[in-house]
Amino acid sequence: MQLLRSSAACARTRLPTKSVRAEGALLRILFAAMLFFAGVMHAQAIEPMPFANHAQELRFQHLTEQLRCPMCQNETLADSNAPIARDLRNQIFQMMQHGSSDDQIKQYLVERYSKFVLYDPPLTAGTWLLWFGPLLFLLAGAIAVAVVIRKRDRSGAIVEPSIENGDDW
Amino acid sequence: MSRLVPFFGFVLLVALLGFGIWWNTGHDPSAIPSPLLDKPAPEFNLPKLYEPTATVSKRDLLGKPYLLNVFASWCVECGAEHPVLQAEAPTLGVALIGYNYKDAPDDAKAWLAEHGNPYSVLIADVPGTTAIDFGVYGAPESFLIDGKGVIRYKHIGPLTSDVVTSELKPAIAVLLKEKP
Repeated sequence: MQLLRSSAACARTRLPTKSVRAEGALLRILFAAMLFFAGVMHAQAIEPMPFANHAQELRFQHLTEQLRCPMCQNETLADSNAPIARDLRNQIFQMMQHGSSDDQIKQYLVERYSKFVLYDPPLTAGTWLLWFGPLLFLLAGAIAVAVVIRKRDRSGAIVEPSIENGDDW
Repeated sequence: MSRLVPFFGFVLLVALLGFGIWWNTGHDPSAIPSPLLDKPAPEFNLPKLYEPTATVSKRDLLGKPYLLNVFASWCVECGAEHPVLQAEAPTLGVALIGYNYKDAPDDAKAWLAEHGNPYSVLIADVPGTTAIDFGVYGAPESFLIDGKGVIRYKHIGPLTSDVVTSELKPAIAVLLKEKP
């Protein structure tokens, strides 16, 4: 503020007409900067929670990173700014204060929002394709390769690498 | 024959991708199937919007089926859904109960005054904690609850007249037939 006043005063002694404009511009910049930093501050302190200790805070972080926000479906509960994510974080915090284990909290969420909220889905009849699908593709690829190789062996065709084809490049 | 193998591979890929497109246009991929379907609705006891000292509980509503519509004045899609509710509420055959979700009561009342009120009963969940028990993660959502308090149908997102005729009304018809 001191700087602002002195520079404005300085300008005023030299160019009385422009000084008002300069002061206005400076104030505008300052105001914009304040707005910007207010936003940054807000984002950093979304909701400071009164954790009992640091271990609990780490546990909370770890747990919410394994859970998926039902609203913004590619975000974890830890990252999401959706209202429901905030409510669920609060709920998880409350449950932790009441001594619920991580499994109990996960169970609580699964009962309400289905297994969808788990980023690490358990192996069940409904998720076996999710778990072993990639393996099936690998298997299919391996079979295809094996078939092709065997065919070549049987036909006895040896593909000569044609180096001397005149194309140097 | 062996020359056709890549072609078949290509056809298989096209079929797979086509299935993916069909699958995702046929239903809302962001809608999470509720684990609460065909299970008893959670217990609740919430104040009435227009009479905050009086509450409505799950027990109060037992006996007759009803449609619980989760809405809020801040919710854009609720504005799109509202005319449908206004038009369909009298012909649904069940009571339409408004569940005002995480809303300032004054905002909700102003919103209803402006757009009309299709609800026979209005309850307010200002902190949104009971909604967690219902597995609500946004608005609008609608729950069809039978006379025994069991959730029989859930729709996530705005009810359109298409959804009302193709899904909601058949579900209600089943409920009304069940009634002894």
